[in-house]
Amino acid sequence: MRRRSELTAGRLAANAFAYGVAIFLLVPTALIVPMSFGPDRYLKFPPSGFTLEWYSAYFSDRDWLDATFFSLRIAVLTSIVATVVGALVSLALVRGRLPGKPVFELLVVGPVIVPNIAIAIATYLVFDGLKLTGTTLGFVAAHTALAMPFVVFTILASLHRYDADLERAALSCGASPLQAFTWVTLPQILPGIVSAALFAFIISFDEPVISFFISDLDHRSLPRKMFEDIDYNVSPTLAAVATVLTGLTVLALVAGHFAGRGRQASPGARRPTSGN
Amino acid sequence: MKARPSRFMLGGRTYSPAASLLLATPFLLVLMLAFLLPLGMLLRESLFVPSFTVEHYRRVFDEPVYLRVMYRTIRISALVTLISLLLGYPLAAMMARTRGLMLNLLLVAVLLPLWTSVLVRTYAWLVLLQRNGVVNDLLTGLGIVDAPMQLLRTEGAVVLAMSHVLLPFVVLPLYATLRAIPDDYARAARMLGANGFAVFRHVTLPLSMPGITSGCVMVFLLALGFFVTPALIGGPQQMMLATLVQQQVTELLNWPFAGAIIGVLLLAVLGLMIVFHRVIRLDRFVGQA
Repeated sequence: MRRRSELTAGRLAANAFAYGVAIFLLVPTALIVPMSFGPDRYLKFPPSGFTLEWYSAYFSDRDWLDATFFSLRIAVLTSIVATVVGALVSLALVRGRLPGKPVFELLVVGPVIVPNIAIAIATYLVFDGLKLTGTTLGFVAAHTALAMPFVVFTILASLHRYDADLERAALSCGASPLQAFTWVTLPQILPGIVSAALFAFIISFDEPVISFFISDLDHRSLPRKMFEDIDYNVSPTLAAVATVLTGLTVLALVAGHFAGRGRQASPGARRPTSGN
Repeated sequence: MKARPSRFMLGGRTYSPAASLLLATPFLLVLMLAFLLPLGMLLRESLFVPSFTVEHYRRVFDEPVYLRVMYRTIRISALVTLISLLLGYPLAAMMARTRGLMLNLLLVAVLLPLWTSVLVRTYAWLVLLQRNGVVNDLLTGLGIVDAPMQLLRTEGAVVLAMSHVLLPFVVLPLYATLRAIPDDYARAARMLGANGFAVFRHVTLPLSMPGITSGCVMVFLLALGFFVTPALIGGPQQMMLATLVQQQVTELLNWPFAGAIIGVLLLAVLGLMIVFHRVIRLDRFVGQA
């Protein structure tokens, strides 16, 4: 326990500095929110008034809407595919006698270690040849691979937290492995599965680097569209898009927090290295 | 990672080898299509086009233009790592001493930016740093400068925005390490007469070394391959490796050379991982530690 007497001047200064850093982390994004409601063509803080103009510009622009729905579709599909694929391989790693296990372990961490720009360029090269650029299949495959480490680690953590003896008990009472999984294991690890699915959703929905390369003219993800607009025609509409995007992320995080609440305070509170 | 018992090792064994392989097959297929095959093909481009040659790799190191980009990438990455550590350490240390509501608020302050889109955070810096943006307003308002300055498209802006984006990656492992150090050590040192700074210098700092290394290596690795932030905040004068690769591919269609640059980047990353594999706990960045 910390005692009051230890609060020296040095520690006070260090604490003040630390609070400053915490505020520094939050401020840039937090400022965008009020600015997105301001009428100024060049975003100002504090805004000189209140308007929903930029939001109505966002929601009435075909390009923005197309990109948003494209990204939503990809993110939902990625979240489903990545969770199923990740849960299966996690089971094999923890509960199975998997031949060549070290290779699989390396493959699981691969997409976090290899820089995203390398994966992006390489994927572009191959997908261009296979005519997969701009396709739902291409995006979902690429985002699933990228989300795999986060999904597998989250599910592994919940598999380890739960008592494997329960599953063995079910098996020795005559349940088949599939029955044991469905009726005993799955309900126990469900919070982990749900947070894994939410992570996969956010990773896909926010993913800027691979999306940048594998989008085509007609099928652009929201991050790709944002990238183009930031680069070529910065308008306050972007502030509205950024606010909506941040709101969605916060919503998913809060959902993940409550989903994992049964077993642990905050499921997979840590993010990923999305190196972009 | 090898030093401690693997997280994959615990638990009972329910499935046979054949069933296990079957369970792992979809994973293998996805990784083949969207990870292994692409990287393999790209590296093949860099080494075997038109026939086996190291010419593309030699070009990376021969031409001054590319050497400058590489040198700049390493310099910016090192600077970002240093700044992240200097800003992140006091925050992580305070978090390790804090409990209750305040700790949760601080965790939100670290985790929220981590999960917010990199594009959103980069865009925020773009808005703040533009000529008539908040930072310039503040600087002129306080009388620090007479006229708005050119802040965007400077190396300082790139370093600032990248440090902001990568800071959580050094705070989290540091927090985990500092939190695990028992308070008794510092108290014992105090009883033996050490002052606050001596306790930090001889007890806390050495014990937090694994967290420092882990966080710093991670930030440095991520910075080396960073694309979005330098591409949008920096100009041609601040071009980093990832933007160079993008140019080679989208403008010049020079796949073999782009492959060679990526090959060099992969070698650097692999080297760092091999040297530091004992201290980097990937599970601290991914999922629950």
